[in-house]
Amino acid sequence: MPAVQETVERVKRIDVDQYRYGFETLIESDKAPKGLSEDTVRFISAKKSEPAWMLEWRLEAYRRWLTMTEPTWARVNYPKIDYQDIYYYAAPKPKKTLSSIDEIDPEILKTYEKLGIPLREVAILEGVEPPPGGEPSANRKIAVDAVFDSVSVATTFQKELKAAGVIFMPISEAIREHPELVKKYLGSVVPTSDNYFATLNSAVFSDGSFVYVPPGVRCPMELSTYFRINERNTGQFERTLIIADKGSYVSYLEGCTAPQRDENQLHAAVVELVALDDAEIKYSTVQNWYPGNSEGLGGIYNFVTKRGDCRGNHSKISWTQVETGSAITWKYPSCILRGDNSRGEFYSIAISNGHQQVDSGTKMLHLGKNTSSRIISKGIAAGVSQNTYRGLVTAHRKATGARNYTACDSLLIGDKCGAHTVPYVEAKNSSATFEHEATTSKISEDVLFYCTQRGLSQEEAVGLVVNGFVKDVLQQLPMEFAVEAQKLISISLEGSVG
Amino acid sequence: MSLLEVKDLKVRVEEREILHGLTLTVNPGEVHAIMGPNGSGKSTLSHVIAGKPGYEVTDGQILFRGEDLLEMDPDERAAKGVFLAFQYPVEIPGVATMNFLRTALNAQRKARGESEFSTPDFLKKVREVAKSLNIPQDMLKRGVNVGFSGGEKKRNEILQMALFEPAVCILDEMDSGLDIDALRIAADGVNALRSPDRAMVVITHYQRLLNYIVPDFVHVMSKGRVVKSGGKDLALELEASGYTQFEDAA
Ligand SMILES: Nc1ncnc2c1ncn2[C@@H]1O[C@H](COP(=O)(O)OP(=O)(O)O)[C@@H](O)[C@H]1O
Ligand SMILES: [Mg+2]
Repeated sequence: MPAVQETVERVKRIDVDQYRYGFETLIESDKAPKGLSEDTVRFISAKKSEPAWMLEWRLEAYRRWLTMTEPTWARVNYPKIDYQDIYYYAAPKPKKTLSSIDEIDPEILKTYEKLGIPLREVAILEGVEPPPGGEPSANRKIAVDAVFDSVSVATTFQKELKAAGVIFMPISEAIREHPELVKKYLGSVVPTSDNYFATLNSAVFSDGSFVYVPPGVRCPMELSTYFRINERNTGQFERTLIIADKGSYVSYLEGCTAPQRDENQLHAAVVELVALDDAEIKYSTVQNWYPGNSEGLGGIYNFVTKRGDCRGNHSKISWTQVETGSAITWKYPSCILRGDNSRGEFYSIAISNGHQQVDSGTKMLHLGKNTSSRIISKGIAAGVSQNTYRGLVTAHRKATGARNYTACDSLLIGDKCGAHTVPYVEAKNSSATFEHEATTSKISEDVLFYCTQRGLSQEEAVGLVVNGFVKDVLQQLPMEFAVEAQKLISISLEGSVG
Repeated sequence: MSLLEVKDLKVRVEEREILHGLTLTVNPGEVHAIMGPNGSGKSTLSHVIAGKPGYEVTDGQILFRGEDLLEMDPDERAAKGVFLAFQYPVEIPGVATMNFLRTALNAQRKARGESEFSTPDFLKKVREVAKSLNIPQDMLKRGVNVGFSGGEKKRNEILQMALFEPAVCILDEMDSGLDIDALRIAADGVNALRSPDRAMVVITHYQRLLNYIVPDFVHVMSKGRVVKSGGKDLALELEASGYTQFEDAA
């Protein structure tokens, strides 16, 4: 046995032993002890009943992370995070069970109402469950139906996906059931050493989604529909891996427009997409995490690494994001255009209000021949918020015929906020054509007056102008979400004028 | 009761007084023309009546059917029936004209406690009015005033006026930038809206427009005051002699 192999085997054995003897009591508990150490990583891995190779993968990431320092280049400010003062694993806590719609916080209900989300779905999202025994009242009946509904709907979806050969399951399950796929692709787009937050995620990720679409298959549904009803509370270190095999297509929607709260302040997700020859992945996000109170306290820090690899020729990856929540957003969904004739797209609406700070954008790395990319970014800043677009477009020496079009538009509401555009462009070959356009505008008094003169309230006027501003991007969202996202945008800007 | 009464109105912009005590009384069915050289305060008057922020009213009153207009937000005034056709209509990219018209109309109706228009009823109404103003359907799909020619912008203003059926229409220099054919179409649109319970205030620099929209009263404004009022012949008189005779009077 070669030495290296032997070492690996030995390490594995040690891990297993430690698991067997050291963790028994801990495993019973729902929470890992506070702080981050090798033990925390082992605990998480054991909790998920992971195979040894997965634990090793995590540990390697952890050791790497210890050598790294938190990045400071983004235009965001926050108090220093004490990584030893965080819980890295907590069993998904069921939300406090409510027995009727009446018990939901009226403020939250109001938001749902404005979003136009039907009551029965609100019941599901807010975890309303029928009381044990007893005659259900009219209100309760809605909840009962809704809960039953969600189960049956989910099952129907699962059957349909299975028939098509699509694998769609929590990544923790995929690690056990499809180790060959996970081993092959996990970390192949975002390596464990990629960046501070991605490395942290690799060590301690809690759960997330796994999707594999076999060759030639067009996924029979938007994976959103299913997602919205079932996947909540995936935790603060989410990990998603989507593979579209040759000639396949999948559209995936993450998040939802419903207001999301979480006790964990730090979120560091990683999303990896792999598109093989002629495959296409469309990934849409609506992010509405708690942005903090009016003084800027308590919001979510959202440090996300999202990257797609157009590994095959003629492959395509398209990111669409609507970012309205979080106190801090640090996020650059990117595309590696490796295959010849591959295409990457990035459509973004990033809204900041109150004390929110957004530093977001994309990277388009042209490696293959005749690759093309398109970036449409719409930043909206209100209140005393700061909104930065940060983008990088590069063409490798061999990427002949690379083309990029970038349009970054910023809209300011009021005069205490800021919008910044930081585009980096590097073309290492002369046949690349990169076009960049950027505008910054304010919602002018004249436009607002025009609208109010025609009978719109000040807030309706802002909503209308803003929705006009983001229209190109909204059109990229799946229909059902476009409508909700549009309302969400108006809601998140409430109180920004007047 | 008069429809619109402006009484001894004094208005400041950035510490400088622009209107120095202006009085104007408009009754239902009447068409008033306000003429005056550039900078005499015509647009300022129209803005203050419609409620544009940034103007400080230091004295005087504006009553609409006896109610204090100055206490109302611009959208409330619109819902009550005050309409201003802008001298420079703004562009709103990405907001389809049709969508804008419907959102605005329904907002006004809602404020008045009326039911919203159903989509088919609304479309029918818009198409009728658009046709009479020679506005192609295609234009309604474009962003509000985006890429519209000068004439198209003005016709779009009159289209809105026809849709909203306001009680008082203030038209600020609707003739500026229009060639004779465009002017005729726009004026026909305005004339079609004349009615015994609607009043119009037509602001213009030139007498030409008043050949098409014939007023009942003409007021001459200079340096923030009405310096002379009369019948429609006053406009012709002005055309012959110019504004200079009034400069001193002010
Ligand atoms: N926002 C403003 N700030 C400063 N001065 C203004 C403003 N608006 C108008 N004025 C001044 O008020 C006077 C009247 O302007 P305006 O009402 O536009 O006249 P008109 O429409 O008759 O040409 C002018 O001297 C103009 O410079
Ligand atoms: Mg003027």
